[in-house]
Amino acid sequence: MPLIELENVEKVYQMDGLEVPALRGVTLTIDPGEFVAIMGPSGSGKSTCMNILGCLDRPTAGTYRLEGVDVTTLHDTALARLRNRRFGFVFQSYNLLPRTPAVENVELPMVYAGVTDRRPRALAALDAVGLRARARHLPTQLSGGEQQRVTFARAIVMSPAIVLADEPTGNLDSTAAGEIMSLMERLSHQGMTIVLVTHDAEIAAHARRLVQFRDGRIVRDEPLRRRPERVGGPAG
Amino acid sequence: MNLAVTVRIAWRAIVANPLRSLLTMLGVIIGVGAVVAMVAIGQGARQAITEQVESLGSNLLTVFAGTQQFGGIATTGQVRTLTLEDAEAIQEEVPNVTGVSAELQRPAQVVFREQNVYTQVSAVTPQFPAVRNFHPAAGSFISDADMRRRAKVAVLGQTVAGELFPDTDPLGQQIKIRGVTFTVIGVMEPKGATGFFDRDDVVFVPLTTAQRRLFGIDYVRTIYVQVTSPDAMPDAQTGLGDLLRQRHRLGPTRDDDFSVRSQADVLQAFTGVSRTMTLLLGGIAAVSLIVGGIGIMNIMLVSVTERTREIGIRKAVGARMRDILVQFLIESVALSVSGGIVGILLGVVGSRLITRLAGWATLISPQAVLLAFSFAVAVGVFFGLYPAQRAARLDPIEALRHE
Repeated sequence: MPLIELENVEKVYQMDGLEVPALRGVTLTIDPGEFVAIMGPSGSGKSTCMNILGCLDRPTAGTYRLEGVDVTTLHDTALARLRNRRFGFVFQSYNLLPRTPAVENVELPMVYAGVTDRRPRALAALDAVGLRARARHLPTQLSGGEQQRVTFARAIVMSPAIVLADEPTGNLDSTAAGEIMSLMERLSHQGMTIVLVTHDAEIAAHARRLVQFRDGRIVRDEPLRRRPERVGGPAG
Repeated sequence: MNLAVTVRIAWRAIVANPLRSLLTMLGVIIGVGAVVAMVAIGQGARQAITEQVESLGSNLLTVFAGTQQFGGIATTGQVRTLTLEDAEAIQEEVPNVTGVSAELQRPAQVVFREQNVYTQVSAVTPQFPAVRNFHPAAGSFISDADMRRRAKVAVLGQTVAGELFPDTDPLGQQIKIRGVTFTVIGVMEPKGATGFFDRDDVVFVPLTTAQRRLFGIDYVRTIYVQVTSPDAMPDAQTGLGDLLRQRHRLGPTRDDDFSVRSQADVLQAFTGVSRTMTLLLGGIAAVSLIVGGIGIMNIMLVSVTERTREIGIRKAVGARMRDILVQFLIESVALSVSGGIVGILLGVVGSRLITRLAGWATLISPQAVLLAFSFAVAVGVFFGLYPAQRAARLDPIEALRHE
C-alpha cells in the first residue's frame, strides 16, 4: 500500500476576494521508504503541496489518502494527531521554541502525545543527530546547523511515517548543509520516508526521486540514480 | 497534555518578561489588596461597634424621644417628650428594672484658665456609672445630693482631663462651662476610642444642673433602663411602653412619642450600616479587579500576537486547539493568581498599617481572602478566554510564516 496518494488535488487561495490557484490538479504517490526531492520555482505550488502533505492545510478539491485513509474529511483534532504521530517537520528557519533547551524542544511532540518517558527518548533522538552533548543548550547557543539537527531530532522522536523537510539547508553554509544531507541520507538508509523541498539541485541530488513543480502542476517525476553529475531543471 | 508541563510553560512565559508581567498583575494586585483591606476595615469597624455596644452593658433598653427612624435608629433631634420624671416613674413602677439613667448631651465650650476645649457635655443622673458600666477612676461621681442641690460639679472624661490639665491634678479645680463655674469632683476611667468616636471626650454634670443652669430646658434625650435579665427584657419593654403612653396621655389612636430599643436592635442597626459600607467598599475594589482583568486580557492579546510563531510550531508538532487554549488560559490564570497572592499579602500588610497608623480596627476574615482570591482566578479565566481562543484558532501555516 502506498504511504501517500494525492489524486487531482487542487488548492485555491482567497486573496482580497481574488481566487489564486496554487495547485491545479496534482496526482502523486509516495511509497514507504522513498526519498523524494520536490523542486520548482517560487510560487510553483511546492510549498502548498508540502503543507497539504503534512496535514497543515486542506485541499480545495481532490483526495488525499494517507496509509489508505482519506484525510480530507478528518476533523482538526484528528489532523493534529496525525501531525503528532505520523509526520516530522523540518523547516528552513528551524522553528525551535526560544528560551527552551534543545532537549525540551525535542520533547515537545511527546508532550502532546502524552508520552511519559520523554527525557530518555529525547536524549536518544539527540544522540541520533550527534547532539547529545548539547541537550541543555538554548537555541541561541547553537549554530544554525546544530539548530537544524535539533529540529531533525524533534522530527524523528515520535518515529513518524514520514519526514517533511522544507528547505532544510536554506539558511546554512555548505559545510552545515552537507552535514544535514548526510543525516537525511542516513535516515533514508534506515528506512525513513523523506520528502524534501529545495531550490538547490545539488541538495536535491541526494534524493532518489525528483518531482518538479511548475504553475501548480507536476511537470516532471523521475527516479534519480545514485549521485548523478548534474540534475536538470531550473532552480529559482 | 500534562498539566505540570503546561504550568511550567506558562511560568516560563511570565518570567521571560518580568516587568511586563508585574505591570499586568498590578491591576489584580491592587484590586485584591483593596478588597482584602476594605473588607478588613469594614469587619473591624463592625467588630469594634459590636464590642462597644456590648460594653455599654447588657440587658439595656434605650428609650429615645420621638419616633423618627433612620436605618432602625431613632433620630431624636429636638423632640422634648421625655423628662426626668418619666425616668423616675420607670424606675419605680416597671417591674424587673434595676437602674435607670436619664441623659442629655449638648456640645459646649469648657474652659480652665487659658485652656479651652470644645467637647460634649453629658448631663446624667447618679445611676449613670452602674447602668452604663462607665465608672470614675479618681474622685467621685455625681451624687443624689448634687442632683437635689443642682450642684455645679463636673466629672471629666480622660481626654478632656488630659487637655485641660496636662500637668495639674484636676480634682477640686474650677472650670467654666458656658460661662458657669463648676468644680471638678472626679475623672472617669478611660473607655478608649472604639469605632470612630472618642468616648473619653466628654464632661459629665448633674442632669438637674444642666437643665436649669446651662441649657434652660426640662426634657432629656435618652433614658437607659437596665433590666435584671435578658428574659425579662420583653416584659420590661411593654411595661415601660404602657407606662410612658399613660404618662404622656396618649389616646389609643395616637402613635408613641418615644421609641424603645434593646441593645440587640442597636447592634443590628449598626451591623446593617457596616455591612452596607463593607459591600460598598468591596464593590469599588471589585471594579478595580475588573480593570485589572482588562489589563490581563490586553497583555495576553499582545502575547498571542508575539508568540504566533510558537503557536504555529506547537500546532505543527501536534498540539490540538484545546492544548493551545489551555496553555494560554493557564498563563492568564497564572498571572491573575500570582497577582492575587501578592494582593492578599499587600491587603494584610495594608490592614496592619492602617490599624497602626490610623488606629482603626481591622479584621482579616478568611472568607474575604478566599473571595478575593476566587475573584482573581475568575478574572484570569474570564479575561484570558478570548485571547486563548484566538491563539487556539490560529491557522498553523499562517502562524509558522509569522515574523
